[in-house]
Amino acid sequence: MYSEKVMDHFTNPRNVGELENADGIGEIGNPTCGDIMRISIKVEDNIITDIKFKTFGCGAAIATSSMVTEMAKGKTLEEARAITNKNVAEALDGLPPNKMHCSNLAADALRLAIDNYLAKAGQAG
Amino acid sequence: MTVAMTENFGNPSSVHSFGSAAKKALEEAREQVAQLIGAQPSEIVFTSGGTEADNLAVVGAAMANSKKGKHIITSSIEHHAILDSCKWLAKNGFEVTYLPVTSEGLVRVEDLAAAIREDTILISIMHVNNEVGTIQPIAEIGKIARERGIIFHSDAVQSVGKIPVDVNELQVDLLSVSAHKIYGPKGVGCLYIRKGTRVEPRSFGGGQERKRRPGTENLPGIVGFGKAAELARINLPEEQKLITLRDKLIDGLLERIPDCQLNGHRYQRVPTNVNVSIRYLEGEALLLSLDLKGIAASSGSACTSGSLDPSHVLLAMGICHEIAHGSLRMTLGRDNTEEDIDYVLEELPIIVDRLRKMSPLYCCEKAGQCETKEMCQHV
Ligand SMILES: Cc1ncc(COP(=O)(O)O)c(C=O)c1O
Ligand code: FES
Repeated sequence: MYSEKVMDHFTNPRNVGELENADGIGEIGNPTCGDIMRISIKVEDNIITDIKFKTFGCGAAIATSSMVTEMAKGKTLEEARAITNKNVAEALDGLPPNKMHCSNLAADALRLAIDNYLAKAGQAG
Repeated sequence: MTVAMTENFGNPSSVHSFGSAAKKALEEAREQVAQLIGAQPSEIVFTSGGTEADNLAVVGAAMANSKKGKHIITSSIEHHAILDSCKWLAKNGFEVTYLPVTSEGLVRVEDLAAAIREDTILISIMHVNNEVGTIQPIAEIGKIARERGIIFHSDAVQSVGKIPVDVNELQVDLLSVSAHKIYGPKGVGCLYIRKGTRVEPRSFGGGQERKRRPGTENLPGIVGFGKAAELARINLPEEQKLITLRDKLIDGLLERIPDCQLNGHRYQRVPTNVNVSIRYLEGEALLLSLDLKGIAASSGSACTSGSLDPSHVLLAMGICHEIAHGSLRMTLGRDNTEEDIDYVLEELPIIVDRLRKMSPLYCCEKAGQCETKEMCQHV
């Protein structure tokens, strides 16, 4: 039922884990099925230099988390913020209709991590 | 079955000779099925499967006996074929009591006795649950039902062919069976209707199946069902050998996987069912990983259900959403060997470890061992 890309990201997920001394952390729960995703980022000169994720969820949730970390790495905060759930699903060659809600997690968690960084940076500056 | 599709292709209910060959095949199958459950052939009504048998039993018996009362007792862990029939009845003037179950998935006989009212006309309790494999005290319930003169139905789709089922020992009036659960063809089953039990048909037309289930019989399916029933009766002792494999798998999983619990009763369960919850994990991710290793399983996780709700059976057993999420069911079959069990016991802990390293919940709950503890928002 899943595309080859999804299976690839599920079996070899990129950027799994948590960054020590992360600059921003985003965590979100999925209201539809109760799953959880956490993304931590490192930011230097407005660019996401490192990113890691942890996900408690289905194959689609794991694959979308992995994909979003890959898409965001090396991007400016603005570029990363502009990544939509739809972009993530498309980059994975699509998701089954009943799994579209899982892709919502990934981009949202990334945005929360960026917001978290900006809030902290704002306080510091 | 092939013979039934090619040779005996007459209409079994017609009078010409093609018809009589078909009729003979039909009646032979009826005898084979009856013998498997200790019934009379005349008490077997063929249906399109377990679902139709359940619908016919619950709705048919309720409608036929509604003058005596409109109260029905069932359990909260029934198959949806029963639960949805009850829902329909509740919308049509009946009252339904859903009995709770213990944390091991068992209906308490005293709860059942206490739920019986003057106007109770039907009790429907499944013999074996399809998710957790728990065997209900059907004979005890049957005894109470008979003493109180209440019709008793049991969905035996998951017990027939796996453990002994005898309609007289169990004291049931109605019993559902599905062919594909006993290695027979899909889309055929039967309802056992004890002689004298009033059941209204749910479909209308010809006089087939003693008017309980009109329409030309699915002869190839029924013949296949008959053959499967005969083999199930012969092979029943073999099924008991699966208990050794089942217990090896259960013990091995509990031993090798930390934070793993058994769902359902340890011993009062069918030889074929293993159901565990692996904490901090989500079932679908587990299934996908197992599938890549050639191991077939299923889960009560919300993420695997079309409705995105966790299993109603696990929830009724008091298992929380989070643990239902990590539930994993494996079904053993005739062809399984000790090597298969060893293979699962080898592969599953590796998969669990890999997925847990990805799980934010695991890190949090195991905060003591977690290097990034201070970031954790769940502690
Ligand atoms: C307990 C139980 N009842 C009823 C059914 C429905 O049977 P069928 O698929 O033959 O309609 C099933 C099938 O899985 C079942 O497990
Ligand atoms: S995370 Fe639950 S369905 Fe995808």
